[in-house]
Amino acid sequence: MNIYKLGIKNALSNPLSTLLSIVLMLLSIGLISLMFQVTRQLDNKLAGNIRGIDMVMGAKGSPLQLVLSSVLHVDVPTGNINFAKAKKIVRNPLVKQGIPVSYGDNYKGYRILGTEKPFLELYHAEIWEGRVWEKPLEVVVGALAAERLQLEVGSTFSGSHGLMDKSAEHHDHHPFTVVGILKPTNTVADQLIICDLQSVWMVHDHGEEHREQAPIADADREITSMLIKFKNPMGMVSLPRMINDNTNMQAALPNYEIERLTTLLSAGSRAIAFIAGVIMLVSGISIFVNLYKAVRERKYEMALLRTYGASRGQLLLAVVVEGLLIGVVGFLAGIVFSRLGMFVLGSYVEESYRYALGSAGIMKEEVFLFIFTVILTIFATVLAAVPVFYLNVSKILSEDD
Amino acid sequence: MIKTTGLRFGYDDQHSFDFPDIAIDKHGYLLILGESGVGKTTFLHLLAGLLRPQKGKIQIGETDISTLSQRKLDQFRGQHIGIVFQKSRLVKALTVVENLLLIQHLSGVGQDRKGVMEILERLNIGDKASAYGANLSEGQKQRVSIAAALVNKPDLILADEPTSSLDDKNCSAVINLLREQAEQTGASLLVITHDSRLSSQFSNSIRL
Repeated sequence: MNIYKLGIKNALSNPLSTLLSIVLMLLSIGLISLMFQVTRQLDNKLAGNIRGIDMVMGAKGSPLQLVLSSVLHVDVPTGNINFAKAKKIVRNPLVKQGIPVSYGDNYKGYRILGTEKPFLELYHAEIWEGRVWEKPLEVVVGALAAERLQLEVGSTFSGSHGLMDKSAEHHDHHPFTVVGILKPTNTVADQLIICDLQSVWMVHDHGEEHREQAPIADADREITSMLIKFKNPMGMVSLPRMINDNTNMQAALPNYEIERLTTLLSAGSRAIAFIAGVIMLVSGISIFVNLYKAVRERKYEMALLRTYGASRGQLLLAVVVEGLLIGVVGFLAGIVFSRLGMFVLGSYVEESYRYALGSAGIMKEEVFLFIFTVILTIFATVLAAVPVFYLNVSKILSEDD
Repeated sequence: MIKTTGLRFGYDDQHSFDFPDIAIDKHGYLLILGESGVGKTTFLHLLAGLLRPQKGKIQIGETDISTLSQRKLDQFRGQHIGIVFQKSRLVKALTVVENLLLIQHLSGVGQDRKGVMEILERLNIGDKASAYGANLSEGQKQRVSIAAALVNKPDLILADEPTSSLDDKNCSAVINLLREQAEQTGASLLVITHDSRLSSQFSNSIRL
């Protein structure tokens, strides 16, 4: 038996108020940590996905939508652009590299993307198993898509039209063959099924064969967008304006659009942070009120312990231990809560957007949060324990009740 | 073992008490009788070092406790003085045996579960060791307070109205226990009470 055990037993002897304080702490810590996690995950994910893409060229429409659809692969495209005209822009001396992307089909909700091989280099996607596509209708599959769709090298499947799973039209005449699986990259490449441009055209030409006699001429080929990297920042200044003013295409800058998006989102996360902060304050107050009440109720006990040789410091320690037990248990429960929340949120996001949010370990921000929790708890506790210092032992012991 | 000289204590100018000098030997005992309001509890709190006298000296063993610092005094009390309070209260969150072990821990002499159990057996409440205070009868609680005063093998046992809430039968049982236990541990015993039932049981008494 010692002072620490006394603190713990005291906390347990008041299970309801202890539980209430723990739950409040859990909620505030859980919300704050969940917000840290989501922000970190999104930032990482976004930064990883736009790295190496200075500009996207696509059909006119919302620039944000263009970036979301062509770079992050979550929204529908703004339309198609002429491949030949897009290639003309890529020949501009300010452009280092242009990667065409074209899509319109999915397999069970995972997008089938027609592109060129440099796309894989853009995301540092290496072949894990098998090889890269060499001819039309051969595909390589991102790590996550392969796992979720249970595709292996040699599997065949037919895509369905559109970007969502529930499309009615199937392209049964052109089955794809999986020739390679990519290593996980923690970017969008993980959730894509990638093939050459020719495959996408073939699949769609076929559908239109009944109506049109002649195959589409190369000059009329269309793609969804072109991902462009500049040779130097000069391109960033002159090319977008040129494209927007002089062509029927639009240029969007992923960095700028994503920053705009994050600003929009940060209003939401600030609101959550504010609510979490208020709950944290309430939980601090709740710890204070509970302990203050407990200290007053235990006035006689404490006076008694003083007569048995307990110092004021020891009595204070017992109260601090009681408070810290609440704070630390609440914190740990909050962290578990945020990981569970992340898991649920992650599976929801993956379900609806085929977008995987990984889970980070313990973050630096959470270590600070822990230190802050401990300081808040100690502060609330010491404040509640002030009466300990003014305990008039003789008076309390001779009082009737 | 305990000796006081010229003790005076005042809460304010109107209420100040002068206490008679007392002296108790090792193994000795003394009954102090007095009506309510004559400062019995104040006297006991002075002897226990819970209050500081305005004047006078209190010598326990070789130590003059009126010269000790607060921290030293707390330690001295924990190790050398056992107090049986009028109302027997325990730490609610702890069992009887945990209460007694905590008292040993606080005095700094080290915990001895076996010794604690022996004391509880001697007081006939060994079977209540794992009970909480709320589940004990008044008489049992009083025995636990006696146990609490004894666990640190004090040199001096102070009892403040130990029998006021007990019936005749329990009253003499508790007094016999106190005397017996004081005898066994070699402690001096000082009982303060207004309960005149006790005067027949002590040959050595003074009236405040």
